[in-house]
Amino acid sequence: MSDELKMSLLREGQSAVVLRIGGSGAFRRRIFEMGIVKGTVIVVEKYAPLRDPIEIVVKGYHLSLRVEEAANIVVEPLPGKTSE
Amino acid sequence: MNTPVITVALAGNPNSGKTTMFNNMTGAHQKVGNWPGVTVEKKEGLIERFGFDLRIVDLPGTYSLTPFSIEEIVARNFVLEERPDVVIDIIDASNLERSLYLATQLREIDCRVLFALNMADMAMARGMKIDAEKLSELLDVPVVFTVGNRGEGVNELLSAAIRLAQEPFREPKGRRVKYSADIEAAIARLQAWLSDRAGDLLPYSPRWTAVKLLENDSVVAEKVFTVLADPLLREALEKLVASERSYIEDRYDDDPEIVMTDERYGFIAGIVKEVVSVSTRHRVDISRNIDRVLTNRFLGFPIFIFLIWAMFELTYSVGEIPKEWIGSGVELLKTMIERQLAEGWFKELLVNGVISGVGSVVVFLPNILILFLCISLFEDTGYMARAAFLMDKIMHTIGLHGKSFIPMLMGFGCNVPAIMAARTLESEKDRILTILITPFMSCSARLPIYIVIAGAFFAEKAGSVIFGIYLVGILLSIVTGRLLRCTLLKGQDAPFVMELPPYRVPMLKSVLIHMWERSKMFLKKMGNIILIGSIVVWALSAFPRMPEEPLAPVQANGTVARSDGGMPMAADREQADRIESERKAIQNRLAADRRLRQTEQSYMGRIGKWIEPVFLPIGIDWRGSVALMSGFVAKEIVVSTMGILYAYGGNADTEALSRTLAASGMTRRSALSFMVFVLIYLPCLATVAAIRRETGSIRWMMFSLVYSSLMAWVLAFAVYQAGRWIGW
Repeated sequence: MSDELKMSLLREGQSAVVLRIGGSGAFRRRIFEMGIVKGTVIVVEKYAPLRDPIEIVVKGYHLSLRVEEAANIVVEPLPGKTSE
Repeated sequence: MNTPVITVALAGNPNSGKTTMFNNMTGAHQKVGNWPGVTVEKKEGLIERFGFDLRIVDLPGTYSLTPFSIEEIVARNFVLEERPDVVIDIIDASNLERSLYLATQLREIDCRVLFALNMADMAMARGMKIDAEKLSELLDVPVVFTVGNRGEGVNELLSAAIRLAQEPFREPKGRRVKYSADIEAAIARLQAWLSDRAGDLLPYSPRWTAVKLLENDSVVAEKVFTVLADPLLREALEKLVASERSYIEDRYDDDPEIVMTDERYGFIAGIVKEVVSVSTRHRVDISRNIDRVLTNRFLGFPIFIFLIWAMFELTYSVGEIPKEWIGSGVELLKTMIERQLAEGWFKELLVNGVISGVGSVVVFLPNILILFLCISLFEDTGYMARAAFLMDKIMHTIGLHGKSFIPMLMGFGCNVPAIMAARTLESEKDRILTILITPFMSCSARLPIYIVIAGAFFAEKAGSVIFGIYLVGILLSIVTGRLLRCTLLKGQDAPFVMELPPYRVPMLKSVLIHMWERSKMFLKKMGNIILIGSIVVWALSAFPRMPEEPLAPVQANGTVARSDGGMPMAADREQADRIESERKAIQNRLAADRRLRQTEQSYMGRIGKWIEPVFLPIGIDWRGSVALMSGFVAKEIVVSTMGILYAYGGNADTEALSRTLAASGMTRRSALSFMVFVLIYLPCLATVAAIRRETGSIRWMMFSLVYSSLMAWVLAFAVYQAGRWIGW
């Protein structure tokens, strides 16, 4: 049983597996090209001080995207690990 | 021996160490310009190695060759159209998986590719071991290890490139990206059709063309369609592509381009698994720890504000010192020429036109050098990305990108470097928008005008009035930004998908080269336009010439002083000094008077009187109009022109000017309208030149000129008439 969640609802330090990516056109493609594809594991590093861009670690590098854009990415949170 | 020049293109992700590598290879032999038609920096260098002439071209940093941004289009076109002899893909070894995406795309294009596995030491430190031989074998591509910032492996890389360039081209045998059966079938069908019907006409290899058509790549599609002469063929191809795309969509329930990207990453994952062995995952991630502080919820903004403040201080306070030296140098040159040359229009042209005009720009060089030093440091350390990360929320609410913040802020200092700083924005639309609203940030050259006028009319409230003027500028930039966002620069906000690269210690050489290149550009291009502009404005104010007048009275006075005393005794000397200073004062007054009359009847003065009707509704008379017009060269000139026109008392001390202004019929109402007008109207020549250069279009420059002038008039009119209406 999987519980699906928008990436933008993850807490800092939480990790998750990407299930699918919504949105459209250029944004969607860009996200794919940056290596966020189905099955990728991402970790939410932090939110910016004003809570907007979100910083994630994907494939060993750090990427930031807007919360409204992260809401297009559906993930399944990985249990337990709430890093450090 | 006459060997042909070997063209080597450097490709790679942003932050992969590409530029450092380029600097290492070319050293002092680099040339910087723009790619024709777009404002993406074009860097190349000619060097000689191992007896070969090499032309090294630094392509813009890209994550992929899918043409979304100009950078990607430029990079891809260069590889496809200009067919460099060798493409070196610089791969950040510590970021292998993502870097390989571009690498596989390059491998799909039939060109000679070579991989530089860069910063392998960093990867090592993170506990990653990369088997280069295996990588080379799997992809059938030569791989060279390099450490860019220490210059290691650069020679091996170049000799490998030369070797590769000399081999006859062979189709890479190793694994290309192999898509799953259904997709391969679709590719094969398209490929066969293309080979049959278009064959030799095709600009690119049939397989690659087929892949791109499946991916709905409009640039490639257009190329192929122009090659196909027969409209029936075109129609057939369109149909075929559409049916193959829906064939894939049916099976995978997603767009073909997404499916194929997905599969490429699958292919890459396989390679990474075979090539990388992760030993112990001991993360000595210093970068992460730095970031804990610099983008901390509570400390992030204070640190950011401090750094921006420090940059401002350095740029405008420390830069002030050498600025003064250069200023006095220009003055010295002026006096020297003044002494050397005979009176006449040529001397005036040289002194008042050329030297004053160009000098007024050259004095900014120290500020610009320091500013670009700061920007280079911010960029090279990786802090710039964090600044955008912090500010994006605020900027996004006004329709801009996080990175627009820096240029806008710098606009308060000087618009010229601010506009140039907009280069850090990747999206063309964001960049143009930022460039267009930056002039509303009131630059420091406009401040003296406010000080004089607000001081004269608003006395103790002057500070608040000036602050209000700055605020109007900020509001106007926001309004303009929003307005343009939903009209001329419509389109989706560029998605904010930005890498936060690891912090790095900047390379001195890199920073210096960067700083110098940008400053050189400023000097060269601004120099040209400023030179022409200054000459035109000077000519308008100096012609037609006023008839020469004898300077008799002053001379008479002088002789009187001397004939009177004979041998100057001690007592007489005091009197002589007094007479001498009086003589000087009279001379000054006469000269100023003469200048006033010269200006009044010059073309400039005539234009001023001619367009006075335009300015009267906003409460500005012909003298104000002339002063405003002269401000087009540089805003600094407005005050001195006003000094000449209103307060021809000789020495232009601001208090005297304020007093005279108050007595000249200017009211608080017209003063306010004047200040609003100064805030908004035409930016100075150097800024206009910068807009032209950085947007790469005369149309945007004209737009900016017309828009700001109209806006200035409308708002000044509103202020003036509303003031009257409320009986102020």
